[in-house]
Amino acid sequence: MADEVILLDFWPSMFGMRTRIALEEKNVKFDYREQDLWNKSPILLEMNPVHNKIPVLIHNGKPVCESLIQVEYIDEVWPGVNPLLPSDPYQRAQAKFWGDYIDKKVYASARLTWGAKGEEQEAGKKEFIEILKTLESKLGDKIYFGGETFGYVDIALIGFYSWFEAYEKFGNFSIEAECPKLIAWGKRCAERESVAKSLPDSEKIIKFVPELKKRFGIE
Amino acid sequence: MNQDEQVKVLGLWGSPFSKRVEIVLKLKGIPYEYIEDVYGNKSPMLLKYNPIHKKVPVLVHNGRSIAESLVIVEYIEDTWKTSYMILPQDPYERAMARFWAKYVDEKVMVAMWKACWGPKSEREKETKEAYEGLKYLEKELGDKHFFGGETIGFVDIAADFIGYWLGIVQEASGVTIMTAEEFPNLQRWSKEFISNNFIKEVLPPKQKLATLLKAQFGSVTSD
Repeated sequence: MADEVILLDFWPSMFGMRTRIALEEKNVKFDYREQDLWNKSPILLEMNPVHNKIPVLIHNGKPVCESLIQVEYIDEVWPGVNPLLPSDPYQRAQAKFWGDYIDKKVYASARLTWGAKGEEQEAGKKEFIEILKTLESKLGDKIYFGGETFGYVDIALIGFYSWFEAYEKFGNFSIEAECPKLIAWGKRCAERESVAKSLPDSEKIIKFVPELKKRFGIE
Repeated sequence: MNQDEQVKVLGLWGSPFSKRVEIVLKLKGIPYEYIEDVYGNKSPMLLKYNPIHKKVPVLVHNGRSIAESLVIVEYIEDTWKTSYMILPQDPYERAMARFWAKYVDEKVMVAMWKACWGPKSEREKETKEAYEGLKYLEKELGDKHFFGGETIGFVDIAADFIGYWLGIVQEASGVTIMTAEEFPNLQRWSKEFISNNFIKEVLPPKQKLATLLKAQFGSVTSD
């Protein structure tokens, strides 16, 4: 029996990108369905009644919500190829800790770099860079966050990389100047087929930000 | 790797996050040394073992530390494969357990807390959110003994705040959201949860907790 895999997603979502990448890493064929977040479809409301958010992974009719939970689910269902999480319990715990850190910290401060003005924006930029520096020091001189192999923490963060040029443009600052190793990591990841297929062009994101600001009623 | 090498838990006696770790260690029969951190004064040990968040609980095992209570709980589950397992085997059921645990952690607990102790201007909004969140949990629990089914599992442990702390917080703050009439399943569940022999051992004393909460967060009348 062939698996039916559907992904309800929104192309600029750095969270949706995680699930796309995980499915690609596992060579799982899936039906990508673009969602309109300002006019939510019946299937989105039905499959994620609690949060009404993307991404939603629907596997043989059953929904899984929350991007990092989806990544772990994908790893458990298709264990044969490209393991995404380490098998050692301590290394797994470290990966999950950093995935949780990225979830709790990166989005909020990143948003201020383009979504805020004046002092609030400056404070946001400062915090954002501090968080990236923490992640950069965690990466160290390793190829990927997990070491030799691309995995969970890389997947948790890489979607934000597609937004970096937009943050820099609208925030008027350089991420590379502050975090060169992280930029190098981003470029390495972007060379992977799963990532190249799943991340939108930075240019497209840059064009999207003013539209997003209008939607949120930000000047 | 020697699994029997001593396990240490750095925690705070009144913290539901800290207690999650103790609950799972007790349920799985894993001996541990408990080290009390200090309310209002982060110890050198805490800063050493959790430099990123500087929060309890922290688990130290084989000299290495792990932080974030639900990450710790999963680490314990992965490391000690005893007869008592708190997560199901099936990947879909595991994903559901993780979803509800995250929902309790990030939405329901936060909204409840803000509804009871947050800025007055936000309390109405937070109360509505907490109420809706509890309704979802009430529905998810249904007729089951526990969120995990017949035995206490990952979601039940994540929801320890609702099982024990919530009643005390409601009394101490004067804000009542979860009532027996509106939430009969959760009410029944919390009674069963706190009467479990292992869990009873680690729960903080009610009066002591009420005093701590009132001292730390004040009363509804003050702002």
